[in-house]
Amino acid sequence: MTIDWSWIGDHTDDLTTLTVSHLQAALSAVFFGLLISLPLAVVAHRVRPLRGFLLGVSNILFTIPSIAIFVLLLPISGLTRTTTVIGLTVYTLVVLLRNTVEGLDSVPAKTKEAAKAMGTRPLRTLLTVEFPLALPVIMAGVRIATVMSISLVSVATYIGDGGLGQLFTDGFQRDFPTPVIAGVVLTILLAVVADAALVALQYVLTPWKRRRA
Amino acid sequence: MYELIKNLGTWLTSGAGWTGADGIAHRLAEHLQYSLLATLVAAAIGLPLGLLIGHTGKGAFVAINLASFGRALPTVGLVVLVFLAGGLSMLPVYVALVALAVPAIVTNTYAGMTAVDPDVKDAARGQGMRGHQVLFQVELPLALPLIMTGLRLALIQVVATATIAAYVSFGGLGRYVFDGLAQRDLVQVLGGAVLVAVVAVALDLLLSGLQRFLFRHRTA
Repeated sequence: MTIDWSWIGDHTDDLTTLTVSHLQAALSAVFFGLLISLPLAVVAHRVRPLRGFLLGVSNILFTIPSIAIFVLLLPISGLTRTTTVIGLTVYTLVVLLRNTVEGLDSVPAKTKEAAKAMGTRPLRTLLTVEFPLALPVIMAGVRIATVMSISLVSVATYIGDGGLGQLFTDGFQRDFPTPVIAGVVLTILLAVVADAALVALQYVLTPWKRRRA
Repeated sequence: MYELIKNLGTWLTSGAGWTGADGIAHRLAEHLQYSLLATLVAAAIGLPLGLLIGHTGKGAFVAINLASFGRALPTVGLVVLVFLAGGLSMLPVYVALVALAVPAIVTNTYAGMTAVDPDVKDAARGQGMRGHQVLFQVELPLALPLIMTGLRLALIQVVATATIAAYVSFGGLGRYVFDGLAQRDLVQVLGGAVLVAVVAVALDLLLSGLQRFLFRHRTA
């Protein structure tokens, strides 16, 4: 199996476009996943009876195959980017919700009581005390969700989207390995770079962790 | 939407759809065969590896990074790649499914092993147990719940992904999804997708029931 380097040279524009589109789909999914799971996690953290229910539902959603999620969405949102993003978002929920709840749980009760004693209102405590302290665990979830989404985008190639996944179909149909290799390598690179960027972001967002270490 | 659900119901319940080589029963059996074989092979590779890394504490770096590498690997690309390299056989599908399942098994086994209280291991050694005795009689039983979680996770992912066998012209429930997509037959596509989802959820429930039964004496 040899790589046709001239094909890669001739298609750098296409490869760039597909990489950008790929990253956009994955990042949108993580963004919407956070938008949904952050408030839900607060509810699950504060209202114990709802906790098992919310985590259970997200677990069941996770067991639905990715290709099946995309296909099940077809009657609702059709062969569009929206379908890709909704499908991936559903997948990010299980990791994001679980980690955010665990993160909030890990904040010591004394810290919250201290904030309360100082007259800090609940919402303010949540935003300025609980979320920052839960950040390392939440970020661990964000990292997993991001890497997972990046790898899953290519499944959406079956419904005509899929970013770099299109290279797999292309190579398969023409019995030509180069685009497939390029697609696999770029997907892994994208995941590694995105993961490193999130580690850097976490480093910037949690200065108190650095001082201790 | 109502019409679609009604047609889907008809498709799933029609007697003719269940029998024969293209029937649901046969496709279901194929799907289970691919999934279970791939998970078994992955377990045969992943379990010893995870136990070894967890027991010796060497190669933890590998175990942790293997997890994110496994998550980043695009399965569709892997199938197509092995297919183009090795020709038409079930091999590419199995390679991809095993590659998908091994990291989940290794990392969970490793996590289970590291979660074992060091004091317990010291106590076992203090009683004169040898390395392999500590591993099989102390560490392994204590790590089993997390190991089972890893196997469940791997199996769900494999069942979901075994759909791609149909992409390279093999059977399984993915057949309906891909044939349906090609024929613009949405009912068939949805039928296949629903069946795969049901199988994944059912197997997960079955394994979690088994897990609860096996560890019923534990309070956790």
